[in-house]
Amino acid sequence: MAADQTATPLVEAVGVTKRYGETVALDRAEIRIMPGRTHALVGRNGAGKSTLVSILTGLAPPDEGEVRFGGESAPRLADRDAWRRRVACVYQKSTIIPELTVAENLYLNRHDLNRFGLIRWNALRRKAAALLATWSVDVDVRLPAGELDVEQRQFVEIARALSFGARFIILDEPTAQLDAAAIARLFTRIRTLQEQGVTFLFISHHLQEIYEICDTVTVFRDARHILTTTVADLTHTELVAAMAGEATGLTTAPPRAAVPADAGVALDVRGLSYGDTYREIDVQVRAGEIVGLAGAAGSGRTELAETVAGLRAADSGTIEITGRRPRPGSVPDALAAGVGFVPRDRHHQGFVAMMSIADNATMTIPEQLGEAGLISGRRRDRLAGALIDNLAIKTPGPGLPVMGLSGGNQQKVVMARALASDPRVLVLITPTAGVDVKSKEFLLGKVEETAAKGSGVVIASDELDDLRLCDRLLVMFQGRLVAEMASGWHDHDVVAAMEGVRLDALDA
Amino acid sequence: MPSTPEKTRAPAPESAAPERERPRVRFARLRDLALIPAIIVIAVVGQIVHPIFLQGDNLINILQTMSEISLLVMAQTLVLVAGKMDLSLESTFGLAPGVAAWLTVAVGSGAGLGVLSGAWAIPITLAVGVLIGAINALLIVRFGLNGFIVTLGMLIVLRGLLTGISGGQTFFNLPPSMLYLGSALWLGVPASIWLCLLLFAVGIVLLGFTRHGRALYALGGNVDAAKAAGIRTDRVLWTVLVGASLLAALGGLLLSGRLASVAAAQGDGAIFTVFAAAVIGGVSLNGGKGTMFGAFTGILLLYMIQNVLTLAGVPAQWIQALNGAIILIALILSRLTGGKVQD
Repeated sequence: MAADQTATPLVEAVGVTKRYGETVALDRAEIRIMPGRTHALVGRNGAGKSTLVSILTGLAPPDEGEVRFGGESAPRLADRDAWRRRVACVYQKSTIIPELTVAENLYLNRHDLNRFGLIRWNALRRKAAALLATWSVDVDVRLPAGELDVEQRQFVEIARALSFGARFIILDEPTAQLDAAAIARLFTRIRTLQEQGVTFLFISHHLQEIYEICDTVTVFRDARHILTTTVADLTHTELVAAMAGEATGLTTAPPRAAVPADAGVALDVRGLSYGDTYREIDVQVRAGEIVGLAGAAGSGRTELAETVAGLRAADSGTIEITGRRPRPGSVPDALAAGVGFVPRDRHHQGFVAMMSIADNATMTIPEQLGEAGLISGRRRDRLAGALIDNLAIKTPGPGLPVMGLSGGNQQKVVMARALASDPRVLVLITPTAGVDVKSKEFLLGKVEETAAKGSGVVIASDELDDLRLCDRLLVMFQGRLVAEMASGWHDHDVVAAMEGVRLDALDA
Repeated sequence: MPSTPEKTRAPAPESAAPERERPRVRFARLRDLALIPAIIVIAVVGQIVHPIFLQGDNLINILQTMSEISLLVMAQTLVLVAGKMDLSLESTFGLAPGVAAWLTVAVGSGAGLGVLSGAWAIPITLAVGVLIGAINALLIVRFGLNGFIVTLGMLIVLRGLLTGISGGQTFFNLPPSMLYLGSALWLGVPASIWLCLLLFAVGIVLLGFTRHGRALYALGGNVDAAKAAGIRTDRVLWTVLVGASLLAALGGLLLSGRLASVAAAQGDGAIFTVFAAAVIGGVSLNGGKGTMFGAFTGILLLYMIQNVLTLAGVPAQWIQALNGAIILIALILSRLTGGKVQD
């Protein structure tokens, strides 16, 4: 630390204050990022991380304070090129243009021109391919960028940032949409780039990742800088305490009462197959039981969960919800049979962003909203009010559009929608993706509460924190159930099973 | 079903990935030529229906009748690629030459005022086009109003203005300068065909091979990404909207020259054909997708079909219903061949 104080930081924000109307998004915040480090920025939703990112990337001017690069003042906001030579950000939201090819995205607005001022497409493609090869990104530059998956897109965006000369890259929750294998590849790449002299600011909700990849961590809370220290000097509990402002450890879920042996079967899946995605799956979930469906992306866990929710129709096999067989592939029928569903991507399937919280939360229960197909606003708002209270959604009222909420609260709305119909089987896919620690604990607490009321719960995820509260864990690999574990499992056993590795083989 | 669409698995596919994707790339290039088979089929059918179809005179006839509206298609393609729509183009198509005629045609011949000499006709036409484009841009870009509704309002206002200044009548006795481009022959081929082909050639180069053109795709595909890449998105939109109106005015000038008159209804309803041609030609209504060549094949196909129908002796009263049906069939066909959901 002593050396850090004397050396010139690569990037530095000093006494930065930013207000949006009444809200103070940053209050005399500061951060110092030393060259060659991988620096973590953590904080709960609303801590000011996004605002700091837009100030560090020159998209918004600070009201007070200043940003310095290598000791020099930041360029003018209008001088985008100067900013791009210093800093780049890979956002959760894509900043590529899906219709254009990868090559053109890399060199947009700085195409190679011939002497008539026309674009030299072949040269451009070669240059793009060479750029990707330099940073060993294996992507065909002639593909439309919209066909890349999240991982490839991130790599392309990182390569683009490097091509501008920036050696400081902000990664805004890069792992939120990746599975475990892709995260491992991302980390490998970060380490390689770090050795080549690239500095990273890494923003994540997954504290484990910060311990894995970062040297230094800065915690923001309530628009202020709380602490900056080396990761090794900070325990999990201290980190969470700094983020939460209170000493709460990451909960190791208290042991759950055993499900009574005579509890009825809530969900009975027999011999379910869906193309090559999953085959011959048998799962029984009893009322009050929480069953985890672990597996990497592509293991079939998501598709299996979606089949139970009625989004997909299996090729063969049966699904019974408390003795009733909904028509395969029919969401309304699954709903009527008592399935509550939290889909995998809230922005995509979870809510309608421009509609209000009340409309979204009650979307699954139109029949309760009024007589003869008419919607009674008062009844809807009363139902929604109860759901908002139940899930502690932070909002001035039920009429606020969901897009005005933070990520954690948006996910609570999705959960509210799933719980609105008092489901007898609750199916959740990665229910805590991209939400802060507090909301995460809260959402999982709600899941337990739902189970305690006698619903069967299925959680499909590769996020171990989501799965800790499960009474039983089923692990899927390449479309098959490969392991079943009682609660009290070890992390490495589950991870190994999800990756299709046998631990005894690994030990040898 | 080799794998789930969700994810490519494992760090193995180093060599597999490019191979897997190559066919799609080829296909993306072919998308540009998607209508060529259809055009050939229509040419064959046309020749069977009537042996005159493939003769030079008839082909020139087809090209000339489509030359004016094809400039609207070109204008609309620019606007659509940039992620907007301009409905008012069809009214500009009538109003711009209408104003020129109003000011230059001698008193006593229709509603002409005769206040300016005939030499002013072309500059006025083009200036009106620029002015309308600037108003559109002001409302859409500067004031952030919804482009669809703004240009819908402009469509109605401009049409009303033309009806107003003309008293609902047709302007005759246009000055010779207005007649020239629409009626002259260059090397035995109407000047309007030369102009149309030349402008499309410029358009193809502009959209495909210049930074300005690619900026339109970036803008239509993802505004934020375009801004982040240093594209001055507002300025680009201004240019596009003004340029589109200018093209529409020029198209109107060509038509007025060919017909030697400006009717109060000039261009009325043309916007539907324009949109149809653009969409059939592969231009996305959501922006960021489509080429100038595709748009050209779109309007060419529609006019060839119309010509075949006329040659086949289909009663004029039925042509419109058939036109609508053809647009739908063309869309269905391009959905089947394109394979993707259209947007």
